[in-house]
Amino acid sequence: MRLLIRDVSKSFHDRHGHGVEALAGVSFTVEPEELVAVVGPSGCGKSTLLGMLAGLLAPSAGSVGLEGDLRPGRPPTAMVFQEFALFPWRTVQGNVEFGLEEAGFVAPERRARAGRYLELMGLAGFERKYPHQLSGGMRQRVGIARALAVDPAVLLMDEPFSALDAQTRQLMQEELLGIWERTRTTILYVTHNIHEAVWMSDRVVVLSRRPGRVLDIVPVALERPRTAAMLGEPVFVQAVERIWALVRSQARDALREGVA
Amino acid sequence: MIAVPDRARALQRREHPLARVLGLLGLVLLWEALTRTGWIPALFLPSPLGVLAAGLEMLRSGELLAHVATSLQRILLGFGLGALGGVTVGLAVGVWSLAEAIGNPLIAATFPVPKIALLPLLILWLGIGEASKVAVITLGVFFPMAINTYAGVRHADPQLVRAAVSFGAGRWSVIRKVMLPAALPMIFAGLKLGAGTSLLLLVAAEMIAADAGIGFLILNAQNLMETTTLMVGIVLLSLLGLASHWLLARLERVVIPWKDAA
Repeated sequence: MRLLIRDVSKSFHDRHGHGVEALAGVSFTVEPEELVAVVGPSGCGKSTLLGMLAGLLAPSAGSVGLEGDLRPGRPPTAMVFQEFALFPWRTVQGNVEFGLEEAGFVAPERRARAGRYLELMGLAGFERKYPHQLSGGMRQRVGIARALAVDPAVLLMDEPFSALDAQTRQLMQEELLGIWERTRTTILYVTHNIHEAVWMSDRVVVLSRRPGRVLDIVPVALERPRTAAMLGEPVFVQAVERIWALVRSQARDALREGVA
Repeated sequence: MIAVPDRARALQRREHPLARVLGLLGLVLLWEALTRTGWIPALFLPSPLGVLAAGLEMLRSGELLAHVATSLQRILLGFGLGALGGVTVGLAVGVWSLAEAIGNPLIAATFPVPKIALLPLLILWLGIGEASKVAVITLGVFFPMAINTYAGVRHADPQLVRAAVSFGAGRWSVIRKVMLPAALPMIFAGLKLGAGTSLLLLVAAEMIAADAGIGFLILNAQNLMETTTLMVGIVLLSLLGLASHWLLARLERVVIPWKDAA
């Protein structure tokens, strides 16, 4: 399933009619089984873009869609959130089964499917725990399991590891890549961390400040599986520099203006 | 070398297990001692042991149980109806903007009226029997429940609503699976408030127009100058209050096991 984003624009208007143009004419494609990262300075509209892909917002202009055959019962997208967005009143099992409930699976099926992904994400034994009893890394594992359990055509990840400490973050990145190698889900990965974007992805879409436009799409010519050693390789360093060169002045302007 | 001063010493809080018990016990002992000195007439302040004895006697004779049963019936019915009604309305007003536009001003206008003041009106409308008493308790519980449920629903984490919608949840799913559970802590706070209010209104209703119940017991005892019986009534009320609070706390721990998200 290819993900097509065609000339997408999005404006928000508040009560007084003041408009904010979040995105202006963003276009790119995500090929099946690709892991594409989206980076940009604060306020570039990355999360707005994901929101549109998840069906939470509608574009003001342009279109987002999937090309290819979507098996019935398979949702086009599922999302992993920065702040985990787990339901505190549900156990780990309950959280992972949520999407499956909405998709209409019966209880035995839900338990079986959820069980598979709990196993995959290293959550076996934690099924009856509540989110507040888990560490940040574990919570996000639940978030990822919940999203993968519905077997989406595209997995949307909104800065999934930004709320974690740097060490946990590193481990979770490696873990995610390992899982991706196994499931080969198409992933659109939003982050503000350029190193993370390059290390994880096949291509990096670089967005500008508001209104967000595509500044460049940087391919990452690193082999898979990715290793920590690659962080020092010229290919890696150059890709990061190239992206930072684009983003740096934009980021500085955003900082100076102090607008969220 | 200069030692670093312990600056937080004054803020330390310590456990005082002995003081907790001795405090209450001491009060009761003081009370008993006071009544024995004879400085205060028994009419004004009966002795605690006397109250206990009178209570046990009333229990044995069945009188106590009859009054308690009558009061319990009224309060449970009123509390149940008020809670059900309050949660339903609070939910509706919280979920639908039209209901909110209509409901909020209405609730804001009627809530400040002291419900006890409505009792004579309710007696006029519903008669002097059970209906008016249950009605006043229902009203007293309805408002905190409606307001708290509304607040709980409005404060449901929008991220969670968004997450639910992103997984394909429709309106009813969101209400059932996100808004209601998110509102539960506020709902329970409302239940605790309602429990206190219902007890108050029960006693008021029973003092004004009843021939049975704990409130009646107290008023009747006052008319007959039987202070001991009066004190039994008061002790019963405080026991009822404590029991309801304890029950609600236990229920809360069962229904909201995730609440200790420290």
